[in-house]
Amino acid sequence: MDYFAQQLINGIVLGSIYGLIAIGYTMVYGIVGMINFAHGDIFMIGGFIALITFLILVSIGLTVVPVILLIVLLVSMAITALYGWTVERIAYRPLRHSFRLAPMLSAIGMSFVLTNYSQIAQGARVKPVPPIITGGYTLHEGSGGFVVQLSNVQIIVVVTTIVLLAIFTWLVARTRLGRDMRACEQDQTMAGLLGVDVDRTISMTFVIGAALAAVAGMMYLLYYGLVDFFMGFVAGIKAFTAAVLGGIGSLPGAMLGGLLIGLIETLWSAYFSVEYKDVAAFSILIIVLIFLPTGLLGRPEVEKV
Amino acid sequence: MTAPAAEPKLASRAPDVAFIFKKALISALVALVLFSLMIGIRTEAGPAGQLIYLTRFGELAAVVAAVFGGSIVVELLRQWWGPVGTIRIVPPSVQRTLAVARRAIAPVLLIFTFLVPVIFYDQRYILDLGILVLTYVMLGWGLNVVVGLAGLLDLGYVAFYAVGAYSYALLATNFGLSFWVCLPMAGILAAFWGVLLGFPVLRLRGDYLAIVTLAFGEIIRLVIINWQSLTGGPNGVSSIPRPSFFGIPLTPGDDGLAAKLGIEFSPTHRIVFLFYIILALALLTNWVTIRLRRLPIGRAWEALREDEVACRALGINTTTTKLTAFATGAMFGGFAGAFFATRQGFISPESFTFQESALVLAIVVLGGMGSQLGVALAALTMIGGFELFRGLDQYRMLVFGLAMVLLMIWRPRGLIGHRAPTVFLQHSQAISSDLVKEGHG
Repeated sequence: MDYFAQQLINGIVLGSIYGLIAIGYTMVYGIVGMINFAHGDIFMIGGFIALITFLILVSIGLTVVPVILLIVLLVSMAITALYGWTVERIAYRPLRHSFRLAPMLSAIGMSFVLTNYSQIAQGARVKPVPPIITGGYTLHEGSGGFVVQLSNVQIIVVVTTIVLLAIFTWLVARTRLGRDMRACEQDQTMAGLLGVDVDRTISMTFVIGAALAAVAGMMYLLYYGLVDFFMGFVAGIKAFTAAVLGGIGSLPGAMLGGLLIGLIETLWSAYFSVEYKDVAAFSILIIVLIFLPTGLLGRPEVEKV
Repeated sequence: MTAPAAEPKLASRAPDVAFIFKKALISALVALVLFSLMIGIRTEAGPAGQLIYLTRFGELAAVVAAVFGGSIVVELLRQWWGPVGTIRIVPPSVQRTLAVARRAIAPVLLIFTFLVPVIFYDQRYILDLGILVLTYVMLGWGLNVVVGLAGLLDLGYVAFYAVGAYSYALLATNFGLSFWVCLPMAGILAAFWGVLLGFPVLRLRGDYLAIVTLAFGEIIRLVIINWQSLTGGPNGVSSIPRPSFFGIPLTPGDDGLAAKLGIEFSPTHRIVFLFYIILALALLTNWVTIRLRRLPIGRAWEALREDEVACRALGINTTTTKLTAFATGAMFGGFAGAFFATRQGFISPESFTFQESALVLAIVVLGGMGSQLGVALAALTMIGGFELFRGLDQYRMLVFGLAMVLLMIWRPRGLIGHRAPTVFLQHSQAISSDLVKEGHG
């Protein structure tokens, strides 16, 4: 039972990270109707920028951990958001009204560009950092000597996720931008006719998605203490699985899907085999799409002729 | 007529300098922010194992300057090119010559390919490159059945390539079966996996289908890596037997083909032999595809690509149509995989990554989705281009990705336009002959 509780905690933390990435997928899919293949790599870039900012801050002698974390978070969000914007501007906007496959292939190309760009710029090796946040709480000490622990990093990851989600939900539900986004999702042409700047709204969608992915990248760095140039691919597919599981286009669904995928992956690794954890995640994607193509919280797609 | 058209261009040129400059400046600024940390700072493992960083402001400045310059060049090119979508009228005489050239290109290319081993007999490098290009031509033609004809976006095609390669490698090393026995078996096994993948994805379309096939490809690769007792895991399978000429091995010994024919043995013989095997396999793929296209099943594939709902309304069984498309495409992938295994003599999961799938898909899309000749030309361009950038090594994939993005922007429908369906209604007959005749390549 203790073991299970510990895995549950780990799974929720991992799920928060997946959920943050999944929101980017689901938003872009909702508005533009394409899978942003490069989104996983945006997450990776976010992790790298967080790492570099952290190194610089430490080397100039800053020691107050909360300040460091806040600066790293903001810098990483800002620069990664610009990456998201640039990717959309270069690779997707010219293909807005092109045929169905073009943006997808362009996205795959962009994903290769980002992966190899960071490999060339930062090297192929895994970049480890010493644990930034240490300590934690012992929740329960079992009779067999097994301790259920909740580390400070885990608390920070989950709390940051919740706070960001609150801000994000407010943004979508209450602001002008959020209303524009929902309008574009329903009908781009009509939204445009009613005075919504469609191009700008789509750009902003990518910017917000990239900023959330940057947070996920930073959380990944804090939690695992390493980044490498290839981490975006698998994390991207899993986050996409999460988005599909939750129902693509649905924002709470993306978070729920992320949590479920995180839990399934952690529990699978804990009770079955670590080697096949990715196989488990991908199999879930296939199974969900067969039996529940609209996901848990998604709306059924109307078939038009 | 040309004078008034040219005038507004001249008139609008004057204020453009400021506009171009402004645009380039913004691009450079964006680039500065983007690259400030990623290029301006390089993280390295320090002497004690901890991470240290070095600054690289020189490189950063160079990249930003390059973006600034590039932006100006692109903007100038855009203005010189004129607005997008201008139709350039080609005189009929030129059009006729082009049509003849297009019709001639397929036979010329075929004859040239047949003669490659004769012309370049001494140049091992060119022969190897030729084999590589032909392998991708075959993969492209195989995937073309799924993507180009049936319109099912498959991002996990490499899975079938892997199944074929491992089928041959394992059957040959464990049971000592020859290449020619294993080749059909590899194809059948791959087709079986194609059907297996086909069943769950029957209800999916478009992007969902793409992501599920991608997941499927990854699952196959992960299973190959982790099922060590069968596949050797990351170490792969080595000493895979070479193909024989109807049972006669191509070895220097007395029972070798060279000794039987009474000529001197040369290792090039095997390369030439492999070249003709893959050429035959590729042509088989092409021939089967062309023939299938004229059968009801081929028509059904094309109808499925155009409109699935209409297809069902007309009573076409979409289940069998999709499954046969997957199975046919997968079978050719399996053949190519078996050939790959016998050519390399060694296979490992590293050869079957998502990159391969993306490369083959890029070839099909560049080739114009359904055009056989287009796919062959695209494979030649892509693999040839890849070889050109071999010296750049680590920049190769970066260039490949960029090329994919730029080509999609420039020609979203591929180098050779979109292939129209084989059968037309009466009013569509006006389409030019070069589009209709492509299937003969």
